Amino acid sequence: MAHEHKLEIFRGRWKFKNNIQKIWGVLLFLTIVTAVEVVLGIYKPEMFMSPFIAPFEPGFFGSTMNVVLSPFIYMKPLNLIFIVLTLIKAYYIAWDFMHLRDETKGLRRAIVWTPVFLIAYLVFILLAEAGYIYDILGSEFVKWNF
Amino acid sequence: MDTTVKTGTEENVWGGGSENRPLGASYGKMMMWFFIVSDALTFSGFIASYSFARFKFADSWPIADEVFTHIPLFHGNYPMIYVAFMTFVLIMSSVTMVLAVDAGHKMKKNSVIWYMFFTVIGGAIFVGSQAWEWATFIKGDYGAIETKGGRILQFVKADTGERAALRDFATPLHEERVSHTNSKGVWFFGETTLPSFSVNEVITGFKANPNILVRTEDIVKEGERKGHKTLLNRSESLERLAGSKYVVEGANLIHNEYGNRLFADFFFFITGFHGFHVLTGVLINIIIFFNVILGTYERRGHYEMVEKVGLYWHFVDLVWVFVFTFFYLV
Repeated sequence: MAHEHKLEIFRGRWKFKNNIQKIWGVLLFLTIVTAVEVVLGIYKPEMFMSPFIAPFEPGFFGSTMNVVLSPFIYMKPLNLIFIVLTLIKAYYIAWDFMHLRDETKGLRRAIVWTPVFLIAYLVFILLAEAGYIYDILGSEFVKWNF
Repeated sequence: MDTTVKTGTEENVWGGGSENRPLGASYGKMMMWFFIVSDALTFSGFIASYSFARFKFADSWPIADEVFTHIPLFHGNYPMIYVAFMTFVLIMSSVTMVLAVDAGHKMKKNSVIWYMFFTVIGGAIFVGSQAWEWATFIKGDYGAIETKGGRILQFVKADTGERAALRDFATPLHEERVSHTNSKGVWFFGETTLPSFSVNEVITGFKANPNILVRTEDIVKEGERKGHKTLLNRSESLERLAGSKYVVEGANLIHNEYGNRLFADFFFFITGFHGFHVLTGVLINIIIFFNVILGTYERRGHYEMVEKVGLYWHFVDLVWVFVFTFFYLV
């Protein structure tokens, strides 16, 4: 079971002498990312609490831009930061702890792209529907908050 | 040790033979990945439906920082600290697992034993913390009133802005209130333990204590208190309390003092499902731990079993990273 290990992370910017050192390096990185998340979560800096871009006026151009830039228009930047940091952590857990970095490209793609595609689709339809139901609840059509 | 029945298909790429391995992965490892991918889809289904409920009630969802504020053995308000600790324990036990796999590749039996041992300990600490978190969540903290519409009204001290517990102001009325039992019921149902106070006692206490205000679930959108829950003044509070139906203490699948009942449902379901994964992971790790001690993999000539179990264990960690984000951070 001789295994070849790829011993560099951050696209080769951080190289390690052996696999054990790489594991500790990745742990350090994951710990720093988690600490950043926790600090942001406790202090909630004011600058990240309202969306960066205001919604565009509805219309062909405006509505398209609202969809394309929706993470920056409808989401608090803080939450966007959390989700991006989570995906970064997930990448390093899968690539270095689950050693996908050392697997063949085909296996890696089969494992990653299948769920990514399905989850993106599931999240899109569920959240689009949830947004619609939120509008209905806000339109006084249903009395629920009493 | 090789007891596999030969079927004569070993030469075939997809025949499951041990020599010819599709995508460079052995049969067992491939099957573990199949399982992990499908389990990942199950978890994303849960988290996506949680997001659905949260989007639907975007203006009134409980604020996690106000719900999970406890640390064992310490009093006070420490949001996030304990979950951060749990996250770190799980990542740390993932690290010892990778180290066990690495030692396995080098056929160092004693290192594998020690690293597996630490992994099991880390997992046990995590499950224990999870159980403590559940117990605290179920027991509750301040108590609240549930209205006829199923909304939650919480109480705040007007002068300090701190949360007020029901026991701080409810006036004992010594009313006759007998627990309902199913022998006395028309239809077959009983009643769980009565809360410490009746609705009447809470409302009487509220009227007698001008320092108490009602806090609703709605999140303020504009102004100074933006992002906090809405505080009513005295007359609005009394108006809202007129619709009281239950006193809620703690949380279960039906009532929940922290706010929207779906919050507790999803909390129990998602962290429970994840906790069950951790529990099974710990059990499987223990089995492998003893197998390593007995020398099973030494005789087999490779420690691939440790690697396969490791994949599962890292997956549990991976899921927790997402649960942490979507339950406690966002």
